[in-house]
Amino acid sequence: MGEVFAVYRRLAGAKLRGDLQYRASFVMFFAGQFLITFLDFVAIAVVFGRVTTLGGWSLYQVAFLYGASGVAFGLSDMFVSQVEYVPQRIRLGTFDSLLIRPVSSLLQVVAEDFAPRRMGKVLQAAIILGVAVAKLHLAWTVGRVAMTVCMVLSGTLIFSAIWIAGGAACFWLLEGQEVMNSVTYGGNFMTQYPIHIYGAWLRRLLAFVTGTAFVAYFPALYILDKPDPLGLPSFMPFLSPAVAVVACVLAGAFWRVAIRHYRSTGS
Amino acid sequence: MRLYWEVARRGFRRYATYRAATVAGVLTNSVFGLIRAYILIAVFRQRGTIGTFDVTDAITFTFVTQGLLMPVGAFGRMDISERIRTGDVVVDLYRPVDFQAYWFAHDAGRAAFQLLARGIPPVLVGALVFHLRFPSSPTTWIAFAASLTVAMILSFALSFALNLTAFWLIDDRGTNQLATAIQLFLSGILLPIVLFPGWLEAIARNSPFAAIVELPVEVLLGKHPGRALIPVLAIQLLWAAVAVGCGRLVLGAATRKVVIQGG
Amino acid sequence: MISNGDAVIEVRRLEKTFTVMQKTGRLRRTRQQVQAVAGVDFTVEAGEMVGYIGPNGAGKSTTIKMLTGILVPSGGTIRVVGLEPSRRRVELARRIGVVFGQRTQLWWDLPLRDSFELLRHVYRVAPDRHAQNLAAFIELLDMGPFLDTPVRQLSLGQRMRGDLTAALLHDPEIVYLDEPTIGLDVVSKAQVREFLANVNRERGTTVLLTTHDLADIERLCRRVMIIDHGRVIYDGELETIKQRFGTERTLVVDLEEPGPPIEVEGAEVVKVEGPRQWLRFKRTDVTAADLVARVAAHAHLVDLSVEEPDIEGVVRRIYVEGLDP
Repeated sequence: MGEVFAVYRRLAGAKLRGDLQYRASFVMFFAGQFLITFLDFVAIAVVFGRVTTLGGWSLYQVAFLYGASGVAFGLSDMFVSQVEYVPQRIRLGTFDSLLIRPVSSLLQVVAEDFAPRRMGKVLQAAIILGVAVAKLHLAWTVGRVAMTVCMVLSGTLIFSAIWIAGGAACFWLLEGQEVMNSVTYGGNFMTQYPIHIYGAWLRRLLAFVTGTAFVAYFPALYILDKPDPLGLPSFMPFLSPAVAVVACVLAGAFWRVAIRHYRSTGS
Repeated sequence: MRLYWEVARRGFRRYATYRAATVAGVLTNSVFGLIRAYILIAVFRQRGTIGTFDVTDAITFTFVTQGLLMPVGAFGRMDISERIRTGDVVVDLYRPVDFQAYWFAHDAGRAAFQLLARGIPPVLVGALVFHLRFPSSPTTWIAFAASLTVAMILSFALSFALNLTAFWLIDDRGTNQLATAIQLFLSGILLPIVLFPGWLEAIARNSPFAAIVELPVEVLLGKHPGRALIPVLAIQLLWAAVAVGCGRLVLGAATRKVVIQGG
Repeated sequence: MISNGDAVIEVRRLEKTFTVMQKTGRLRRTRQQVQAVAGVDFTVEAGEMVGYIGPNGAGKSTTIKMLTGILVPSGGTIRVVGLEPSRRRVELARRIGVVFGQRTQLWWDLPLRDSFELLRHVYRVAPDRHAQNLAAFIELLDMGPFLDTPVRQLSLGQRMRGDLTAALLHDPEIVYLDEPTIGLDVVSKAQVREFLANVNRERGTTVLLTTHDLADIERLCRRVMIIDHGRVIYDGELETIKQRFGTERTLVVDLEEPGPPIEVEGAEVVKVEGPRQWLRFKRTDVTAADLVARVAAHAHLVDLSVEEPDIEGVVRRIYVEGLDP
């Protein structure tokens, strides 16, 4: 593992240096990404121009959800989404180059293309989160702080696990990634709003089966001190780390199965 | 004429081969449609009607919009700019065929396929889960067909002109993203324009983007019956004319550039 | 410790079968079994440099993939330095190096130098050992001028030199090369061969080389295995093959005008097409230069060329004539 971090650090540094060389393009892309992802929040603002509460949640409470979900999504996008390039690698035949090295193929794929310019989303969501927190005038207890940190970490891990599962699916179905995208992008979009506004079946499928409900919603219930309209037990927010760990374990296992399949059938 | 028909068929067939990708795309459209629908339901629970829409209008709007995303080319097309980047476009420009008309025919084929393959399934999904409202009178359907056709011409023309800027811009990824974002927002795909605050709604309605998605779907919902259809079609046609004209101007400039500089 | 003479690669009854989907009609697909490797046996000892040649589709790349652990065999056993590649892939990876002729393992957008540095971390090579190896290879392969160039801007020859270095920086005991000289110009090919000979000689690295080019084998290997349709049809000294099949060449001459087949000593006309004639001769009977002189004495030559025996031809002749003298 240690060697992978060393490689990752160096790769990330090299990529950053490379990106900064083409400063204008970097800035354009960064700015473009910032604005595009900001549009989702503009939509929320427009909605709240017409109503004062949505499902019993105020603007800043929804903004909190948006920010938390966005930061987790943005971080996982920055670190893990390069797993999208796996089908391309397989097609070009360069995936084998990863298998001749004494390092796990998954770690190599993840370390491969760290993209600092994708930070636009994280920054934008973090700003919204900060503003929401300020406007909500929360009393910061140790518990709340811990839960917030936990929320961001678990959320990032959960989204990352979904990305990786999507990458693994590509070993069977080239479009596996697109299907997973509807879960990651869809999941991110969905958790920007309180999940009890969704029909029960959609809620269960997209929020519980995939774990995205634990990215922002449940921790937010604890932090914002809101009762759960669904009437679920009050320890749900504390399950986030467990869900994150389970998700990662499952994704890792799925990846291993995918590699085993690739190694017995060839490309 | 025969040539353009063949070109259109080729465009249709080319996109018809992406079977698995089409299914995956329909899935994504449906998921987003469902999420947006529930959000709008929550909104309309507070306010019974907003603008001329009620909740059923909003839900129908959502799914029809999701279905139209691909046919209408909301995410931009990169065919032409790709050919410009590789230099293949020079061959196209020297052919004795009208460049714009050629690509329009190709795009029409693509749009026809996607109208069937990507346009209908999300609406079916929506109809299974919710109660959608579709017009009962054939005149409304005809009006919708007309409005949609003009919308697609407009969308193509805009995209055509934008693609051609690749002759001058080297890396247009950033500007492309920005253009897509603005288009997505002002066209009503993210949220029906009727939800926008007054000033923003006015801007959006007069932009060409609303003419691509919002207006045709409003026609389908019966919001512009009878004579009220005329100003809608008028603004669509106006923008379409402007876009086509711009396209020809840019094409002329690009052709001159190629001839003088040799690509 | 592995010493010269120990078996480092042991392959017994190796098999690999692929399932291929064939489209029959618009929607239906039938499964077809394709046997890429159909029972291969061989042993390679430490320090050997072995050629593994055969026509396209013979099963060379598939064998290499199984030896390196990339592909899991359908049957048979493989032991490389005592390890089973498909089960102990990561452990084995430290001790082997691989060069794929048509793909690079270097990082595409980064300067060549960075790739080497990254690999130091991937393989956990001691810094001084790494620096020592790198300096030696840079000099041997003359890479100084382009160390700071991004890999995507390198020529094929330069990239191959980079890949060779990448495969050897961690002092592997075995290096596999899959078509390393494909697409290279004559000078680059010579450089690659020189380098491989050096590595095998100075470091005792075992080399298994697959190639489509007989000249590679000629310059480098004493032992050669010929594979065809998934089976090894010859495993032995290169000399034997050379003497039986490698001595024949073809002189192609373009005469001023079409004429009857030329009659010269030491060569036989096998084909005539207008003014062009193909003369087969044995290198041991007459040199190309002498033959050209003899032909020129008989007729006016406009142009000429010499064709080397190719692997397909050799394989065909092995089947037709058999290996017994």
